[in-house]
Amino acid sequence: MWQELYQELGERGFVPIAVALDQCADDARPYIEKAAATHPSLIDTEHVVAHRYGMINVPTVVWIDEEGRIVRPNTAEYGTDTFLQFHGRESGPFLDAIRSWVTTGEIRRDETVPSDMVPPTPDEELARAEWTLAWHLHQADRTEAAARHFDRAAELSPDDWTIRRGSMPIRGQNPMGPEFFDLFREWESRGKATYASLAAARLKRS
Amino acid sequence: MTSFSILEDGRHHEVDAAIAGDAIRITPDSLQAALGWEVKPEGLCRAEVCVPTAGHASWSDADGIDLQAFAQLLGLPLAIDAEERTACLGRSAVEHAGVLASGEAPDFTLPDLNGVPHTLSDYRGKKVLLIAYASW
Repeated sequence: MWQELYQELGERGFVPIAVALDQCADDARPYIEKAAATHPSLIDTEHVVAHRYGMINVPTVVWIDEEGRIVRPNTAEYGTDTFLQFHGRESGPFLDAIRSWVTTGEIRRDETVPSDMVPPTPDEELARAEWTLAWHLHQADRTEAAARHFDRAAELSPDDWTIRRGSMPIRGQNPMGPEFFDLFREWESRGKATYASLAAARLKRS
Repeated sequence: MTSFSILEDGRHHEVDAAIAGDAIRITPDSLQAALGWEVKPEGLCRAEVCVPTAGHASWSDADGIDLQAFAQLLGLPLAIDAEERTACLGRSAVEHAGVLASGEAPDFTLPDLNGVPHTLSDYRGKKVLLIAYASW
């Protein structure tokens, strides 16, 4: 996946940085070792990157240029077609877009890629504070207290999958089970928020 | 007075607080030591910034600075657990939106599987594909 692309384009100044939003290195280890990744593969137990970049789901992909500027904002993109039937977003065109970026500088976007990063709301920021509090309480074995704050975070930011699904393994729940499908139906009923739809709603130009 | 933890931007501070129910009052000295904000006649100040406090009558009294009022004055979200004596001060949505609108990629430092830290800005000069994923 990204390792192959890194081997193909690394000498042209391209580097993937993969960040696992997992509660411990061991949860991410199987993926990193299977990929035999030589590019940075990092562990983000406190969701620092998710918070700073306003990420609300995985996978989320961002392009950052040589000057440290975001040139293609948060989008859901895939490196393989393993789950294509579920999400419908082909990997081929995206990988080609990366090749074009690296070789010609072209920033290829379609209607699912916002032109700007989605501005966060106060409730989303409070949800992230509740998450961080919950995480620290969980680390201190204050399990019941942690659960209250994970719940509060979910109430404040119901479309943030990094909170709602991301908290499930921490709380001993199965993120692949029936509860996931409940979350999915709920997300659909709320209007299927995506980076593009949130950007359109929040970045209205007069 | 009891010890109270304030989490802020990845840092963990201990302050001295008086807790009455959900009301948490922090001593000005420990607040300044922890977060750098100082109570002055002009208001609540840190470095070059002063936030006027006139009109917020109950934000500070003999017991100290009310934590919730402090957060409101600065426009910051605050997650509190009074019973667990811990709170997390979050980020202003307006400030964060401004940073994201500037186009600058937020920096970060995270460990790899071997615990070696990597910083995004160390990769200046490269085209970076940042991918967030998870086992869930």
